[in-house]
Formats: sequence, C-alpha cells, structure tokens
Amino acid sequence: MTKQVQQLDRVIIRFAGDSGDGMQLTGDRFTAETAEFGNDLSTLPNFPAEIRAPAGTLPGVSSFQLHFADHDILTPGDAPNVLVAMNPAALKANLGDLPKGADIIVNTDEFTKRNLAKVGYAASPLDDDSLAEWRVHAVPLTSLTVGALDGFDMSKKDAERAKNMFALGLLSWLYHRPTEATIQFLETKFAKKPVIAKANIAAFQAGWNYGETTESFSVSYEVKPAKLEPGVYRNISGNQALAYGLVAGSVQSGLPLFLGSYPITPASDILHELSRHKNFGVRTFQAEDEIAGVGAALGAAFGGALGVTTTSGPGVVLKGETVGLAVTTELPLILVDVQRAGPSTGMPTKTEQADLLMAMFGRNGESPVPIVAAATPSDCFHAAIEATRIAVTYRTPVILLSDGYLANGSEPWRIPEVSALPVITPGFAAAPNGDDGETFHPFKRDPQTLARPWAVPGTAGLEHRIGGIEKADVTGNISYDPGNHDTMVRLRQSKIDGIDVPDLEVDDPDGDARVLVLGWGSTYGPIAAAARRVRRAGGKVAQAHLRHLNPLPKNTGEVLKSYDKVLLPEINLGQLALLLRGRFLVDVISYNRVRGLPFKAEELAGVIQDVIDSE
Amino acid sequence: MSETTLNGRGLALVPRTDAKQTMKDYKSDQEVRWCPGCGDYAILAAVQSFVPELGLRRENMVFVSGIGCSSRFPYYMNTYGFHSIHGRAPAIATGLAASRPDLSVWVITGDGDALSIGGNHLIHALRRNINLNILLFNNRIYGLTKGQYSPTSEVGKITKSTPMGSLDKPFNPISLAVGAEASFVARTIDSDRKHLQSVLREAATHRGTSLVEIYQNCNIYNDNAFEQLKDPELRDDITLRLEHGQPIVSASKAVRRTPGGGLEVVDRASVPESEILVHDAHHPDPSVAFALSRLDEPAFEHVPIGVFRSVERPSYDQLMSEQLEQAQAGGRGDLHKLLHGGDTWRIG
Ligand SMILES: Cc1ncc(C[n+]2csc(CCOP(=O)(O)OP(=O)(O)O)c2C)c(N)n1
Ligand code: SF4
Ligand SMILES: [Mg+2]
Repeated sequence: MTKQVQQLDRVIIRFAGDSGDGMQLTGDRFTAETAEFGNDLSTLPNFPAEIRAPAGTLPGVSSFQLHFADHDILTPGDAPNVLVAMNPAALKANLGDLPKGADIIVNTDEFTKRNLAKVGYAASPLDDDSLAEWRVHAVPLTSLTVGALDGFDMSKKDAERAKNMFALGLLSWLYHRPTEATIQFLETKFAKKPVIAKANIAAFQAGWNYGETTESFSVSYEVKPAKLEPGVYRNISGNQALAYGLVAGSVQSGLPLFLGSYPITPASDILHELSRHKNFGVRTFQAEDEIAGVGAALGAAFGGALGVTTTSGPGVVLKGETVGLAVTTELPLILVDVQRAGPSTGMPTKTEQADLLMAMFGRNGESPVPIVAAATPSDCFHAAIEATRIAVTYRTPVILLSDGYLANGSEPWRIPEVSALPVITPGFAAAPNGDDGETFHPFKRDPQTLARPWAVPGTAGLEHRIGGIEKADVTGNISYDPGNHDTMVRLRQSKIDGIDVPDLEVDDPDGDARVLVLGWGSTYGPIAAAARRVRRAGGKVAQAHLRHLNPLPKNTGEVLKSYDKVLLPEINLGQLALLLRGRFLVDVISYNRVRGLPFKAEELAGVIQDVIDSE
Repeated sequence: MSETTLNGRGLALVPRTDAKQTMKDYKSDQEVRWCPGCGDYAILAAVQSFVPELGLRRENMVFVSGIGCSSRFPYYMNTYGFHSIHGRAPAIATGLAASRPDLSVWVITGDGDALSIGGNHLIHALRRNINLNILLFNNRIYGLTKGQYSPTSEVGKITKSTPMGSLDKPFNPISLAVGAEASFVARTIDSDRKHLQSVLREAATHRGTSLVEIYQNCNIYNDNAFEQLKDPELRDDITLRLEHGQPIVSASKAVRRTPGGGLEVVDRASVPESEILVHDAHHPDPSVAFALSRLDEPAFEHVPIGVFRSVERPSYDQLMSEQLEQAQAGGRGDLHKLLHGGDTWRIG
C-alpha cells in the first residue's frame, strides 16, 4: 500500500501524558529531529511542579508542544493540530485547547475503567460520539510496544515504559522526520544498559513501521525545511542560552565567572549548565540559601570576578539587601531572575512577568538597578552578554529578566561568530588617582560613565575600605553629611540613567500605522506573530519591543507619543504600563492576562485589531 | 593568581614581602569611633600589632565584616576591607576566598551578627572549611542597636527588650562551631593580648575556616561580662588553659575524665598528675573538644581558653581549585566549540 503524502506549511503537535510517561523527552527528541531536518520551530514544555503527581490524574499531566514550519515562526503555536494523548487524563486536560478537526492519537490501552474514573469520565469517550468532531486515531500504544519487545529480557512493566518511543517513532513516520540521531541518542543515553537501549530503539522503530503499515493512518505529511538566514544553527533553550551568554561574558571580559546560586525552579538549569563548564574557569557555588548565593557572588566581584547569581522571584526577594549593598558599593554583579508565577511559591513551573516592579524598586532607599529583559530563548544569550557589559562598564548590579517560558522553551539559533561578540573591558584600577599621585580615591568617578574605579585586592597602593554606610563623594570615607548624601543619591541615579543603551526600534512595514503595540521580555514572539496576522488581514500596526527597562532607551517617550494609541500586552497587571504612564504621561492601553501561560498570537491579533478598530 | 600549589598551610598561597612592616603600616587614616573603654580597641591594637609578623603583602589581606559595633573594624585596618550587611560577612568572604586563594581573608563579626541573623552562613562556612579566619567578638549583647540581649546572653538577662529577663537559652559558640564540623575552634579574651595574638597566629596559619571567639567587653551595655576572667584574684583559678600536649589545668583546678566518658573539673590537688586530661587539639574525634566547650556551664565557674580543636581537612577553595584544574587539564574552554556543541546544522 503506498500512502498519500500531503504538503503542509506548518504543524503544531502536543505530546501529553502522565508525568512518568517521558513526554518531555519525547518532545525533546522530536524537536531535535525537526531541527536537524531544517524546519523553523518553537517549543513550549508545560509540566507540573510535582515530580510525580499521582499517576493518571489531571494534575499529573505533563505536555510538550512543538510548532514547526517551512517559514520562520515566532511562537510555539496557539492550538495543536495534533494531540498525542497517552492516557484519559492527558486527553481530558488538553481537549479544550484542540480545534475541531484536529487529529488525536490516543493510547487506548490506558482507557481502562479505573483510569477513566480517576478523571471523572463515566464512560470512555472513545466509545461514544463525544469525540466526533475530531479525527481520532485509536492506537493501543502500550500493548503494541510490549508486543514489539517480545523476546527482550525484560519485565512487562519495563517494556511498557518504552511506549513513548513507540509514539515518537509513529510521529516521526507521520512527519517524515530523520531518525538516525534519535537512535544514536538512545544508544548514548542508555550506554550502561544495553538491553534498555536496544528495547527503546526497537520500540521507536516499531512505531515507525506501525505508521507505515496500519490503516489508521492513510496520509503522511511533509513540511519542507524553512528558508532561514544562512549560517550554522542549533536548537537552544533559554536557560542554556543564558548560561552560554554568561560564559561568553566571562570570556569577552577576561573576568573569571563566579556563580553563587541556590536551586529554584525554573532557574536551576542555569546552575546545572554552568557547573559543567569549569574548563572555562567557571566557579559554581551552591550556597546554603539565596542570600549566601548573592553574597558570595558579590564577594567574588570585590575580588575581581564576574559575580553572578541566578534565581527566581522568591529568591530575588531574599537577595534584595545584598543587591542594595552592590548598588552602594558600586560593584559589578549580575542577578538573573527567571520569573515564575507568584506571589509566594505561586506556580513554580508556570511563566509570568510580574517581577518587573520588584526589579525596579524592590530595595530600600534610592537604589537604581539597570534591567535587561530577554525576548526569546536564544536572545537570552545576547541579553546575558549585554548585562555583563553594563555591570562591568558601570560597576553596578544588573538584573537580567528571563521567565519560565523562555527558560524551558527552545528555538533554532543561528550561532554567532565569537569574533562578532562585543569585547568588554574591565579596566581595573592599577595606580593611585589622587591629585597628589599617592592617594587612592575609590569613589572618584569616570567623568563619562560616572563609574568608580574597580581596585581589586592584591593591587598594591590601592588598599581601601568600602561598605554599606554612605560614602563621601570621591574619597569613599564614611559620611553622614546631609549634602553629601543628596549628592551621592543623585550621582548613583545619574550613573544608571546615563547608561548607553540602543534606541527603541519600531517595525512598521507601511510606515503609516497609528497604533503601536509595545512589549518587553518573552511576549516578543506572540506579539510579533499577532502583528503579522493583523497586517496580513490588511490592518496597520507598528511594533516595538523593549530590551532595556532601566534605563529606558532615550527615544522611548518620543516613540510612544508619535502614535495615536499604544497597546501594551503584559503577563502581569500592567507593571510596565504603570512605569510608562508615570514617566511619559502616555495613556497606554494595557492588555493583561496572568494565567501562567504565554499569550496566544490569535488572542493578541484580536486585541490589536480591536484597538485599531476603535480609532 | 597561581592555582598550582594548594597543599600548603593557611598562608601558603598568599604572596609575601621581605619589606619590614610595623603596626603603623596597618593603621588606616580613619578615626576610630568606638566608645571609650570598649574592648574592641584592645582587639584592634592586638591585631594591628600582630599582622606584621605574618610577613604578607598588605594588599593581599582583606577584612570583611557584617554590621555591629565590632563590624566597623575593617575601616581601621589599612588593608582591603568590606563592611557589608548584617550577618552576611561569611557568605561574602566565602565568594572572595573561593575565587582568590591568594588572599588572607578575615571575617569580623559580633555575637548577634554571627549567631543570630547570620547563624546559617556561619555554620555553613564552618562545615565547608573555606580558607577564612572568623573573629567573633562576643560581648553577649547587641551593642550597636543600644543594648538588647543577644543569642549569647545568659538566661534572665534584663535589657531594654527584656525588662522581665530574657527567656531563651543562649548558644555556646564553641559548642556550635564544633558541632558544625569546624576544623579550627578557639577562644580568647580582649584583655590578654599575648594570648589573643598566639591564637591569631594559629588561626592565620590554619588552612580552612578558623573560628576564634573573642570575649569582648562592652562597657556601655554589658560591662564586666567577663570580669571573673580579668579579676586578678579569680582569673588564674577560673581560666583553664588549653595548650596542645599539656595537662588542662588552672591554678587550682584540673580536668579529668569521668568514668561515664565525660569530663569534670576537680580540685587540682586532689588528683594525681597522671589523671589530668592532656589536651589533644588535633584529635580527629570532636567529642572531647565538645565536652571541653561545656565546662563553663553553669556560667564561668571555670572557662577553657585557647585552641579547642585544630585538625587538618581539605579546604573548600582548595578542592574547588583542584576541580577547575582537572577540568582544564585538556586545555582551557573554547567558546566557539562550546557554542557549536550538540547537534548543529548548516543553512545556505
Ligand atoms: C537587616 C538588619 N537588621 C537589623 C539591623 C540592626 N542591627 C545592627 S547591628 C545589630 C546587632 C549587633 O550585635 P552584635 O552582632 O552582637 O554586634 P555588636 O554591636 O555587639 O558588636 C542589629 C540588630 C541591621 N543593621 N540590619
Ligand atoms: S556600645 Fe559597647 S560594643 Fe559598642 S562601641 Fe560602645 S562599648 Fe563597644
Ligand atoms: Mg555583640
């Protein structure tokens, strides 16, 4: 039987199953195959905070969504075209997101009375017509896997565990994915357990063969490689890109990287990643708490290292006092906040943009801190280098904002040439700077940047003391003088206000849009995709995205004022809007949803269109 | 920064100078602002007159402190200094010492700073055994905030915040440190410069974290807290000198083992010399050091002074440096290679 091959320009697949079903791994592998094939792609893992929530329950469902296309895409996609549901819970939890007519591949073996009851199905939805509006492919994934592994020296239970690889094989067949790398991957992953490796490979191949022979799938699909900019590509997640960016910041500045960190979702992977790069002279210190993590990083910075601390919102709260110390001692420091849904523990594995005002103002006293926000997973790399540049050049702590969506999401990344990365000059103080040629003034500033000299222990003649008590201008001696305090408060503020940041760029293909949609951080993809849709439908909208939130680009006010309306979608209750209104008296229109999930392009397109229509 | 010869003692990696140094070299130009009569003056003078003998390059010495009267100390030392925030000095010093094994790093802290707000950092610094010298100025009171009771104040302490007496049992800093896996634990007193300096000498040359509790008089809010140890009539009877290899005795008392395995203080004349416990600061088992630290309960009938424990154990910074060296054995990381690691593909 030769099967029909249909051409598609893009597909959105969601793998969903129990936390123990290996859906993240399955998604990762499908992503790797897709990247290798040359499609553009974007991913959205979505998993519970509990390591193993009770099996088969709704809270235990873990999913991985992947959008791939023959053209450049910006988001993991709004609604899946295909849902792979490994059990009733996965079906029930995801059905609501599925447009009518989408394909559902279900593992019928798991649709037992007991499993159905666990999620409140009185009868199997496979047996009535409740799924009539979708194309259901009923596949006994578990028993087919066990059957395929007949003869392997393993228990039935172990054999069953390979069912995710069977599903991956089936999907790989369905979308013509290359399989070599997955086989290699399994060989390496289970190198110490050859039987398991062989079984997983056999299950994977059985899934592929099943697709080819079964009548349940009469069509397979082809999505041609995307025409992306020439270059060498790899797939990368936000956390990995951020870690690489920090290593690059260290290499490009010549400063040894010191990371002080305490594990917290969704930031821990940066600690994990950096701890593997000791060959770059990277020191990673797993501290006793967040306060010690940032303290150690600041201590290392005092000693001339690139001090970095990585955390999520609850950790940022704990680090506040030390960041204030870094502000007043004017030492370089990078604080990475991978934002997650709050307040308090909130929803650790879900994304949010609600730490912006904490980053701006979450310290006592006048305590300005530059803020850089990454826009996409791969942009985390460049944002980390930019944070390094600012921290080192201006001797200041910098807050680098990422979030759960960027951290775990991934996309193909055109790897930059190292020679194209900026060079960062620490410019350590080497000699006294007093007029007498002998004295060292630790707070005598560079007239251009207002940065103070960074004199590290070990430099003879520059011995000095710094601390949290107010310092006299120039000499740095303790000072309680009222006028001096006013001067120092203003100097610290001017230094941050004067940081050189690139202008805000506006994308307006026709040049005559009257509505601007503005964003910051991880909303870049959905906003840009939404703007495209609006334009395709004939609407006119300009788009701009802020990477620097403090200081804002110098032309920000001018840009905002040159549009009739400014729309600002944020995954918070309007934090940047508050800042912009206060600074520029611009009546920004906020669009806010705080659901722990990224915006959908279609949703935002509707919002943009509504604003245009209300003109 | 050399990272090659890490097996030496506490100061082995710190560059030395042949230039003659004096106490004056270590005095900063800042006016000292403690209350007249404060024990901190004596400690400052003892440190300033002691450090020249280490023969280190002054620029390679760093004093890091928290917040409290005692924590003003770094301003008065003509070295590098960092007066940080309340309780966090061990954490800050940890980052500095871990990334700069060529520095002699000293932490100055108070009983509130180290044992209350910073208790967590203190115990973790001790167990990690990073190359630091922690000087804990114990005046058994919060000085800087004007006299509240502290975690080392005796039960029933009447202060501004405890008008009917404090309720909570204090920490014994030595017991705490021994329990926290410290490799070097000592106690000394502000008024005995010679003893103070002898302890500092041992602490400085110990590789790893040295904790030195210094009894310090706050003559404003807790005057005479250690009077028994200073009173010429009493002190020789009360003070049990801990000297490695020597019997543990005061003028009139001696320490011996109890049949139950504990320690007791007895009339010196009542025991034969052979029954008196000989101090072994290097014993791997910390239980005797711990038992010694309990001898001053109830308060100050007899107080051991000196080095309770001094054992060799790899320091964290040393182990960290070794891992880095091992990782770089095949050459230093290459950024281009790192970025191109994993699956890549070419377009165009
Ligand atoms: C976060 C924070 N909380 C409280 C204080 C107030 N404070 C300053 S010093 C101190 C206690 C100091 O006592 P101790 O460490 O014993 O030092 P001493 O003044 O006795 O030398 C307190 C509570 C502070 N500076 N910072
Ligand atoms: S309050 Fe006490 S500890 Fe503080 S300076 Fe005065 S005497 Fe010294
Ligand atoms: Mg005190």
